[in-house]
Amino acid sequence: MNGPSPRMGRSLLLLAPLFLFLIGFFVWPLFSMMSQAVSDPAVLRLLPRTADVVGEWDRQSPPSMPMQTALMDDLKAVDDDQALGDMVRRLNSARSGFRTLMSKTTSALSDAANPPPDLVSIDKRWEKPEFWIAIADALSPLTDRNLLAAVDLGRNAAGAIEHLPADQSVNRVILVRTFWIAALVTFFCACIGFPYAIIAASLSGWKRDLMLAAVLLPLWTSLLVRTAAWFILLQEQGLINDFLRAIGLIDAPLALIFNRTGVIIAMTHVLLPFMVLPIYSVLITIPKNLMPAAASLGAPPMRAFLRVLLPLSLRGVASGGLLVFISAIGYYITPALIGGPGDQMISSIIAFYATGSANWGMAGALGMVLLVATLLLYSVYARLSSDEPGRR
Amino acid sequence: MAEFIKFDRITKFYGPLCVVENLDLSIAKGEFVSLLGPSGSGKTTLLMMLAGFEQATSGKILLDGAAINDVPTHKRDMGVVFQSYALFPHMTVGENIAFPLQMRGIDKAETAARVKQALDMVQLSALADRRPSQLSGGQQQRVALARALVFEPRVVLMDEPLGALDKQLREQMQLDIRDLHRRLGLTIVFVTHDQSEALTMSDRVAVFNKGKIEQIGTPREVYDEPATRFVAEFIGETNLVEGVVEAIDGREATVRLPNGAHIVSAVSAGVAAGQPVYLSIRPERIDLAEARGEARNVLETEVTDSVYQGDHLRVQLQNDAHPLIAKLGRRSREFAPGTKVFAAFSAGDCRVIAP
Repeated sequence: MNGPSPRMGRSLLLLAPLFLFLIGFFVWPLFSMMSQAVSDPAVLRLLPRTADVVGEWDRQSPPSMPMQTALMDDLKAVDDDQALGDMVRRLNSARSGFRTLMSKTTSALSDAANPPPDLVSIDKRWEKPEFWIAIADALSPLTDRNLLAAVDLGRNAAGAIEHLPADQSVNRVILVRTFWIAALVTFFCACIGFPYAIIAASLSGWKRDLMLAAVLLPLWTSLLVRTAAWFILLQEQGLINDFLRAIGLIDAPLALIFNRTGVIIAMTHVLLPFMVLPIYSVLITIPKNLMPAAASLGAPPMRAFLRVLLPLSLRGVASGGLLVFISAIGYYITPALIGGPGDQMISSIIAFYATGSANWGMAGALGMVLLVATLLLYSVYARLSSDEPGRR
Repeated sequence: MAEFIKFDRITKFYGPLCVVENLDLSIAKGEFVSLLGPSGSGKTTLLMMLAGFEQATSGKILLDGAAINDVPTHKRDMGVVFQSYALFPHMTVGENIAFPLQMRGIDKAETAARVKQALDMVQLSALADRRPSQLSGGQQQRVALARALVFEPRVVLMDEPLGALDKQLREQMQLDIRDLHRRLGLTIVFVTHDQSEALTMSDRVAVFNKGKIEQIGTPREVYDEPATRFVAEFIGETNLVEGVVEAIDGREATVRLPNGAHIVSAVSAGVAAGQPVYLSIRPERIDLAEARGEARNVLETEVTDSVYQGDHLRVQLQNDAHPLIAKLGRRSREFAPGTKVFAAFSAGDCRVIAP
């Protein structure tokens, strides 16, 4: 070997589009999402002078004169209302009352005819260390506030981690709900998908093609269309309720929509292909004569299934389950359309933070929680699936 | 002969296709019977019906006097050895062999003892903890054999079990299986399309063609006394010569060939004088000489080709009526093409076959 050959250069060139794509559409967004979650420059950017002096403060004594002067200079220098708004929101979330205090302060500072000598003369609250502590904390460019808030934790005045009060603790409930719904959907997908895959794999010719097409066809239809179809099917005057009433099985319509039942039904249907296909692909590699062999050795059908077919197809069930679960925890449209207020999943909350309240930090932090959960699951799966000696 | 397994007028249709037609076959306890035939002749289907994997369209299968048509496979107590071994890939060799014992609720200590015994029997004791994928084809087949024998089944069924092995291993396994059969007194039904395999191992060979048994008999009978043209051609190599029966004298018939020559040949019942027939003459039974000898049957021929094949010399002959092939021992002299020779054979070395 004598250094990188032209062939190697060519192969790298061929790979370049892939790398660029991955960097541009995967690595960079992921990285920026994660940095959004922990970065907090809104305050530091506007208050550079304050940052210089607050660092020497002991966090207990009343604010010194240089601190007040620095903050006044900083606030006077602000010419971006949007950035100011961001900063006020940020400070107000750490310490309520900041919003009114700040508007009072800025309007007093902008009174050029009668400049105030110091902040305390504008409002007595500036004497209290709590407000200055909030500013001092907010000056750090990095914060764990979003990450902690994502799992309903926060820092108290002393900086220790503690549970947020119950009225602010909604994320943990929603996270648990998200995992619970995903687990239920995975379970139902396995219950339906496993027998389905077994039947499909045992057939041949057009019957097998038909069964696979029945699974694949929905996959080629837009998710929104499929969810909308379930919307029509499940509503009170929908096909399912009408049919059940027509055959006299029920008197009053079943509540199938805007509740958990509807979400599970629709998500199970939408995610079923991801369960069926991995199981099917494992099943068709299992030699056809193993089940007859088990029978000839004296195994009744059920025991033959439990001892032979099930252990051999478990790999497919595991990868199918993983695919379904990981897809399910990120579901957004289906719970949003079919579910009620009590069925919203973590993605809805992320969407709310990202588009509703422009709180990119929280959106990023919740996204990171989702990412960590997924990675954990995947590592468990990888551990399990590699732990099979003698199997290629 | 005691009937242990009896197929009673078995017919099997796959849709409109008849694969086994009105078939009768009896197998005695302790017998090794080969079902021999080309693919599609119905031999495997018959085995599958015996194992319970397929249902007969009509007819009865009896095991030890009791009809087993409706008995599910797992209650039939038959050990099946498959061509592709059908070992469970997620179990070790030992677990594979223990499987039928566990299914029968045999306790752990005895299971372990019998697994060990079965492994000793096939000389694989050292490999009990391996996975099937870590074994060679021959070893896998031995495991499959041990697994099918360990629970002492009433019948052992083998579906072309040696088909995937190379020639040397196949011949070794043939002798091993034959040895096991004798030692353990097993009743074995063995499906194969390899006639030499069937001849080597079997007590009796059933030759299948198009869903029917053409002939059943000992290896010597089906080879030396083929009942039909199909059997004569399928088992070993033969010369088939057309002729007409002129006279029958007990177990011998005189047959006139198209060129006027007369051959005296062994004959079984069912052939009448004046009937057009085939003569089957095994190539290795023909002697060649340049002088007309004392043999009962002598044909004047000319050598067209002669090929040395190591263990024998294969000579192609032609006279004015038909070609002939002779296989000569390696001590025979060479014959140059064009040599006029006399092909001689006894009446017992050829056979009249009704067309």
